[in-house]
Amino acid sequence: MIGNEPLSFIRQQIMWDRLIAIVEEQAQTLIRTGFSTSTREAGDVSAGVFDVRGRMLAQAVTGTPGHVNSMARAVRHFIDKFPTQTMRPGDVFLTNDPWKGTGHLHDFTFVTPVFRQDRFVAMFACTSHVVDIGGRGIGPDARQVYEEGIYIPLMRFATAAGVDETLVEIVKVNVREPVQVIGDLYSLAACNEVGGRRLLQMMDEFEIESLDRLAHHIVERSRSAMLEAVAKLPEGIFRNRMRIDGYDKPIDLVATMTIGNAGIHVDFTGTSGPSAFGINVPMCYTEAYSAFGIKCIVAPKVPNNEGSLSLITASAPENCILNAKHPLPVATRHVTGQMLPDLMIGCLHEALKGHVPAEGTSCLWNLFAMGGPGRVDGDPAELANAAVFDVMSFHSGGTGARPGKDGLSATAFPSGVRNVPVEVTEALSPILIRQKEYRVDSGGAGEFRGGLGQVMEVVSLDPAPFGISANYDRIQFPPRGRDGGEDGMAGALRLGSGRHLRGKGQQTVPTGETLFIEMPGGGGLGDPLKRDPARVLEDVRIGLVSREAAASAYGVIIGNDLAIDWEATRARRRAG
Amino acid sequence: MSERPRLAVDIGGTFTDCVLEHGARRFSRKVLTTPAAPEEGVLAGIDLLLAERGVPSGDLALIIHGTTLATNAIIERKGAQTALLVTRGFRDSIEMAYENRFEQYDAFMEKPPPLVPRHLRLGVPERIGARGQVVEALDEAAVAALIPQLRAAQVTSVAIGFLHSYANSAHELQARAVLGRIAPELSVTLSSEVCPEMREYERWSTACANAYVQPLMGRYLKRLEDELRRRGFHCPMFLMTSAGGLTTVEIARRFPIRLVESGPAGGAILATRIAAECGYDRVLSFDMGGTTAKICLIDDSRPQFSRTFEVARQYRFLKGSGIPIRIPVIEMVEIGAGGGSLAATDQLARIQVGPESAGSEPGPACYGRGGNGATVTDADLLLGRILLERFAGGTLALYPEASRQAVAAAVGGPLGLDEIRAALGISEVVEENMANAARVHAVERGKELGRRTMIAFGGAAPLHAARLAEKLDIATVVVPTAAGVGSAVGFLLAPVAFEIVRSRYVRLDASFDAAAVDAFRGEMRDEAEAVVRRAAPEAPLIESWTADMRYRGQGHDLTVAIPSGPLDAGELVRLFEVQYSLQFGRSIPDLEVEVMSWALRLATTDLPVAACPPTPTRRTVAPVGSARVADPVSGEFAEVPVYRRVELVPGDVVAGPALIVEDETTTLVTGRFTARINGLGHIVLGRRDP
Repeated sequence: MIGNEPLSFIRQQIMWDRLIAIVEEQAQTLIRTGFSTSTREAGDVSAGVFDVRGRMLAQAVTGTPGHVNSMARAVRHFIDKFPTQTMRPGDVFLTNDPWKGTGHLHDFTFVTPVFRQDRFVAMFACTSHVVDIGGRGIGPDARQVYEEGIYIPLMRFATAAGVDETLVEIVKVNVREPVQVIGDLYSLAACNEVGGRRLLQMMDEFEIESLDRLAHHIVERSRSAMLEAVAKLPEGIFRNRMRIDGYDKPIDLVATMTIGNAGIHVDFTGTSGPSAFGINVPMCYTEAYSAFGIKCIVAPKVPNNEGSLSLITASAPENCILNAKHPLPVATRHVTGQMLPDLMIGCLHEALKGHVPAEGTSCLWNLFAMGGPGRVDGDPAELANAAVFDVMSFHSGGTGARPGKDGLSATAFPSGVRNVPVEVTEALSPILIRQKEYRVDSGGAGEFRGGLGQVMEVVSLDPAPFGISANYDRIQFPPRGRDGGEDGMAGALRLGSGRHLRGKGQQTVPTGETLFIEMPGGGGLGDPLKRDPARVLEDVRIGLVSREAAASAYGVIIGNDLAIDWEATRARRRAG
Repeated sequence: MSERPRLAVDIGGTFTDCVLEHGARRFSRKVLTTPAAPEEGVLAGIDLLLAERGVPSGDLALIIHGTTLATNAIIERKGAQTALLVTRGFRDSIEMAYENRFEQYDAFMEKPPPLVPRHLRLGVPERIGARGQVVEALDEAAVAALIPQLRAAQVTSVAIGFLHSYANSAHELQARAVLGRIAPELSVTLSSEVCPEMREYERWSTACANAYVQPLMGRYLKRLEDELRRRGFHCPMFLMTSAGGLTTVEIARRFPIRLVESGPAGGAILATRIAAECGYDRVLSFDMGGTTAKICLIDDSRPQFSRTFEVARQYRFLKGSGIPIRIPVIEMVEIGAGGGSLAATDQLARIQVGPESAGSEPGPACYGRGGNGATVTDADLLLGRILLERFAGGTLALYPEASRQAVAAAVGGPLGLDEIRAALGISEVVEENMANAARVHAVERGKELGRRTMIAFGGAAPLHAARLAEKLDIATVVVPTAAGVGSAVGFLLAPVAFEIVRSRYVRLDASFDAAAVDAFRGEMRDEAEAVVRRAAPEAPLIESWTADMRYRGQGHDLTVAIPSGPLDAGELVRLFEVQYSLQFGRSIPDLEVEVMSWALRLATTDLPVAACPPTPTRRTVAPVGSARVADPVSGEFAEVPVYRRVELVPGDVVAGPALIVEDETTTLVTGRFTARINGLGHIVLGRRDP
């Protein structure tokens, strides 16, 4: 290839495309063999390939932004503890360290070095969420990470001699679903192996001895594409703050974004201190969601790798919920972390003078219900004959309105999760969902309307109380509109009898009671009085907006015949 | 083989292909598709072909028909005004879909709007539980009360989708009866009939799609049948399904959604046939036309089947961006890679090819019809693979200068490459895209690609097959005869078939009730047989059973072939574990296995396969000329011999690099391959090992 630069250039692109295809294949393998609901339905996995220096060259696009660069950082931690010259063929490393992995004990990260004719050429890493890790089970109620499950330090899962049986034995006795969890550990190891095999095939096909030149090409090209994207933004310092519900008291998330010619830095000084409960976020996870939010707006098409991600950096003071330290509890760090893209987008709103979406629900509104003795608070006698079950299904409120477009109703953002069908939830448990429909008027009014939230009405067919583990936000502080758009409707969690439940934590739904989960709507964008009356009429006609709200929020008067009263509308809109 | 002639007609996007089979001979005719009234093109083609061959209409034994009418109606949103009667409280399920975004980094993405708008999705008080128990009786009066609303909205077709109707369809049947009594003019589709499977979104979405195309397909089939009868055709007409089987007009009217992908299914059937005749047990069929490439894996002369399909993808070819349809289909991957695919560069200075296509209008730049985008065809022309004077049999003039300019503008300029390097880049990227799609498809099905035989057809495939084979480590490539009308030829080879699926949860432990399972499968078989017997009263039938199984707690099922006779739990677990290890490299001890659903394909036996005659002794042939063609790896031009396919006979050997030209396409034999014409006239490229 020497002396044939143009062709070599095409070859580099082809190999880059191949690396991306390899990590996608690696991720697919994990998803298809995973046991936890979040792995298989939400694609809560990551997979990537790294060069000998630990630089990430390609990462699969999966359902979770939480691993965007946290997994890459994890690989550095492994190299620090196990220098690459000490790695041997057959070695497989693992950890579920929340601070050196991806933010909570439920996520295992595996790293496998790849050798070509005994020469170390690359590493594959992957992360997946296991169904259980012992402790209290997933939920925000723990006070320290020790209560949240078994903690595996960075260590070898296997060597050429085989799997560490001692480790496997210890994990087995510490988790509720040992067969599935151990199964997932094997899956993680196997998917790295698949990646390694494909990489060696590629190296044979293209007759290359190392990835050095390709790595250089990928990193440099991505870095310059990212720099180009950043250069289109105005340089300066931009601030945003957002108040969210927290567990027992509100939390302020405060960001200062510095856009320079060499990249974007975000600092979280001013953010509230850690919570006493498991909604704290380790720094690695803060970085991941911040980078995701920024990339969505600034450079959505530049692939994630060392070159593109190294231009986005984050810092936070030590005593901060976004830089939570060991041994703070972190099991449901996602409910806080998922707010960060909105926080970033708010900074960019200032930088770009608009042109970004309004705030949305952002955190997932999952139904996590359980029944039976030991799973539900209450009189053991009452629970003795209760059905034993555990169901987790993923659901979402509305997203914020976008420039030129309404928000998406009942759609996850930033998470990429897929829901669980009602029929599947009901087949696995005595739960019956009586209603699951859009929540009228929940989308924030604006020239572009926020996406609608949804209402789920949940009962149990079993004559016993059932438990829920709530992990919801935007109940006290709804998603905010922008540029004159109104806030989305706040979420609510209540019983049919009228009693409101807390947005976070384990609670009980008494026998025969109905649980209403009312999810927030996204914020609106722009002045609602500027919304095309025809679109307001359409929203009323199909039942997304009530006639009352059409009049009060949009100034569009619609008669009983579902036609616009133009005269009254003009008068109302003039009055403002 | 039948003595009386048989006729196949495939309506495609641009052309309607007609193939007449008379004894061992086949004759074909292409006419333009007439989208407004597709039967006109069909009848014109039939008239022309029969007149040319002097076959009277009354002589035909059978007409086999495949059409994209249903697909187009969904893509173009030209179906019936459709309503959905749905369990009260769930009118938004088909719009919420999976509650996700299929494009993770695109904050501006739009979801595909459902086929039934919100104001026509009407809740009905009723409830069935997960075990099929009635939780709340159907309110018949409430159903009847909706009828004035349906009429006011000029609804002509209704889908009925109730929760858990796969477990108990009583309420759906009852609601249909109410509609039938009061408004018999409505077409009605039940989700429990069209797709009796768990997962309400997919089931209801399938029911809505069926209802949406039903009136249109019904009218079309009636017009076509009337016209055929008027012209003196008395033979039966069968329709080709997406699963590569033939079915009666009556079943096609009930389940028109089962016809959506009939054309590509025909291509897969053709490849399957060639695999059987030539004795290839591991095949990758590669069909590359103007807009898309389709890749299908065929093992032991049997394509893969699945029940997952998406129509009308909002983001072209992006998984998850379309409307999911659960129907039996031949499993294949389709990507936006064809001769007309457009090349561009992205912000990372990477060459991108497709999925946008220049289509047939304006077409590639070299057609000189106003297109100025750089397409794969333009790249092929610059690389010397398409001969000006021989393109489309010399009927279509080409303008290489236009290609040069287009490629320079789209790729060469931005990347600082000359047009030849840029063209080579375009070709390499489209081939790599197809190779990656094939790899992902294989891993999703737990298959390996290496050591397969590729069967390549469609106008653009023979130009790119050899290089794609190199990328996939495939050593043999077959370019069949009559590749240009491959789908219609495939129709003539298809069996009569019907597929049936039932969700029925069974645990493979001590609770396994073998007698109950056998009885339940017996009912399924009876139902399928009743359908197949209408088209094939006498023929022997083959039962192919599969079960969707998984380890308890897993979210994804594995489709496992199971025997047709009586079953025991241990055998099912064993079959699952074998399949699981094949796909994922290991099985998991001590974990319980469960069956989620059962599927049967009941088909007539395949036509007897005539084995490929032995290839006669080698004969080295003289080329008809030569051309300057660029090497796909080095980019160096070299003088390469050119052969005309019509002059090649079985036994002929052509060493690469070479071009073999025919009217519809050109086969590029790269330097790593040698071509031989086998006993059936197919070109077989064999890789010369270095």
